[in-house]
Amino acid sequence: MKKTIFYVLLLIFITAAPFMFPAFRTQLATLWLMIVVSMTWDMTGGQMGYNSLGNIFFYGTGMYVAAIICIGLVHDVGIYNDASRSEIMKFTDTQYFVGAIVGIIGAGIFCAITAVIIGYVTFGLRGPYFAIGTLGVAIAAGELVANWEWVGGGQGIALPVYPGDLDNGKLFFYFLFAVSGVVLFIFLKWLYGTRFGAAVNAIRDDEEKAEAMGIHTLRYKLTMWALAAFFVGIVGGISAFQLIHFEPLETAYQTINLGIFMVVCVLLGGKGTLWGPIVGAILFHVIKEVTWNYLLGWQWVALGALIVVTVVYFQDGLMGWLMHKKPEWFGVRIEKKESVGEAS
Amino acid sequence: MSTIIDVQGVSKSYGGVLANTDISMQVEKGGITGLIGPNGSGKTTLFNSIVGYHPIDEGSIRFEGKEISKLPVQSIARLGLLRTFQQTRIYGAMNGVENMLISMPHRKMRFMDSFGKNSKADYERADMLLDFVGLYEKRFLKSGSLSFGQQKLLEFAMALMNEPTVLLLDEPTAGINPTLINGLIDRLKRANTEFGITLFIIEHNMRVIMNMADKIYCLAHGKMLASGTPGEIQGDQRVVDAYLGAH
Ligand SMILES: Nc1ncnc2c1ncn2[C@@H]1O[C@H](COP(=O)(O)OP(=O)(O)OP(=O)(O)O)[C@@H](O)[C@H]1O
Ligand SMILES: [Mg+2]
Repeated sequence: MKKTIFYVLLLIFITAAPFMFPAFRTQLATLWLMIVVSMTWDMTGGQMGYNSLGNIFFYGTGMYVAAIICIGLVHDVGIYNDASRSEIMKFTDTQYFVGAIVGIIGAGIFCAITAVIIGYVTFGLRGPYFAIGTLGVAIAAGELVANWEWVGGGQGIALPVYPGDLDNGKLFFYFLFAVSGVVLFIFLKWLYGTRFGAAVNAIRDDEEKAEAMGIHTLRYKLTMWALAAFFVGIVGGISAFQLIHFEPLETAYQTINLGIFMVVCVLLGGKGTLWGPIVGAILFHVIKEVTWNYLLGWQWVALGALIVVTVVYFQDGLMGWLMHKKPEWFGVRIEKKESVGEAS
Repeated sequence: MSTIIDVQGVSKSYGGVLANTDISMQVEKGGITGLIGPNGSGKTTLFNSIVGYHPIDEGSIRFEGKEISKLPVQSIARLGLLRTFQQTRIYGAMNGVENMLISMPHRKMRFMDSFGKNSKADYERADMLLDFVGLYEKRFLKSGSLSFGQQKLLEFAMALMNEPTVLLLDEPTAGINPTLINGLIDRLKRANTEFGITLFIIEHNMRVIMNMADKIYCLAHGKMLASGTPGEIQGDQRVVDAYLGAH
């Protein structure tokens, strides 16, 4: 009962937030983006023990796929993205909204399929090799796309602007992100309670043991990553329309910004927990906004310091620290050391 | 009785070390087979070869008549041929019940079944087996905080949860309090008779294995030294020498 009230209040707050703080609509939308990419990063990094540094690949790919679908439904993609084009290519309101929705969903589906294909190769790698392998995929994809004229090359793509009032546009994107985040939360809350969730945790804790017990490890790993990629692709697609113009290396496949931030958020909040990535994303976003506004010129140094401190001293994050201090809050019970038990 | 595991001419080396040389042996369906030998004689290596943990250099391994020597670990486990580890492997961060539920027989599950929650029957079976090995009272404790012997018992219960046809146990009594060993022997025998699981056991403790097995194989220096009934093995001078020589 208490829980239901909590969730209802939370939902009301999520809905009211952009109206309570109208000046911060874009920041709040970005916060949701951070929450979603952090939660999806944790699906493999925290729950399954596979630390990917290449999840940004799905963000960038989601952007491109969504944009290409939206454009391709109405115009010739090659001509639209030609930098020397002089004719104006317009979208009606219906074309914009249908294109956006179909594009965003298509981006999710495309990314899920790509995750299965990439995962088939990279899941043979363990530990740091997996991290570097996936990072390589993201970097290579950025370079390839930057040299592909059909999708605008290094210039990227300029999508049509939200038709109508600018403030309504901000609300529109806030709610697209927020709905993705809420759906993802509900989905994960359910998923982590299933046998699938348990099997994925088994892979994290001891993959060899899981194999020896006959768990379909590769199948579960691919499924988990595909589900994560689906949601990253969705928010990538939303970002494409929100940003209007994006280019391959700095925006879409931004390995050093968002690609690393999502990992830091999860570490800050606590890996392998449902709430950790959310708490971490909020903390990180607030710290980042503050340093960007008040420590101009030093913001990257401050951020770097935060990352170092988190990784070195605070690896289990906020939730991990709480779990350690108050295991009973999380239902963990430890054997009391009476030392009358067996000798080893 | 029919043969369920048939090992023929299996060799395995690690670099220059010949861990197993031309090993042939059979495990009879429904029985308890023992594998003994001094330290480093290649017992664990043979287990690893059977369950597909590493590729073998030569020979053939059949399970229920099917060649399995080229199959990966998971596929062999899903055929119902399961092993426990000498160093004991459980999921230390989880409690006993969670460890049991993870050990559900995936070979009997379709993919979509994994998106369901565990049923009441699954929980009851987990509790029953935890009770069977004597860990019921400790089932909600973080299993990493249990003693080594209790972890060993938990791993045994997890294996039973998986409903294997054959269970390979690597030194199940090592690290178990001597006063509890008789209880464990009794449980191993009941796993064989009541649950119908064929057992293949590596054991250092002679008294334990003589008490349980209907057939015993003895390895020394990676080669098959002798085989026979407990009585025959006990009276075999080569076996006695191998053990005396090793100590
Ligand atoms: N992974 C490995 N790499 C290299 N050598 C190994 C490896 N595993 C085992 N060996 C060697 O192979 C030989 C057989 O080892 P194995 O573990 O099979 O013996 P064991 O009979 O199980 O011994 P114990 O009773 O001590 O468990 C030993 O000489 C050992 O040092
Ligand atoms: Mg051994």
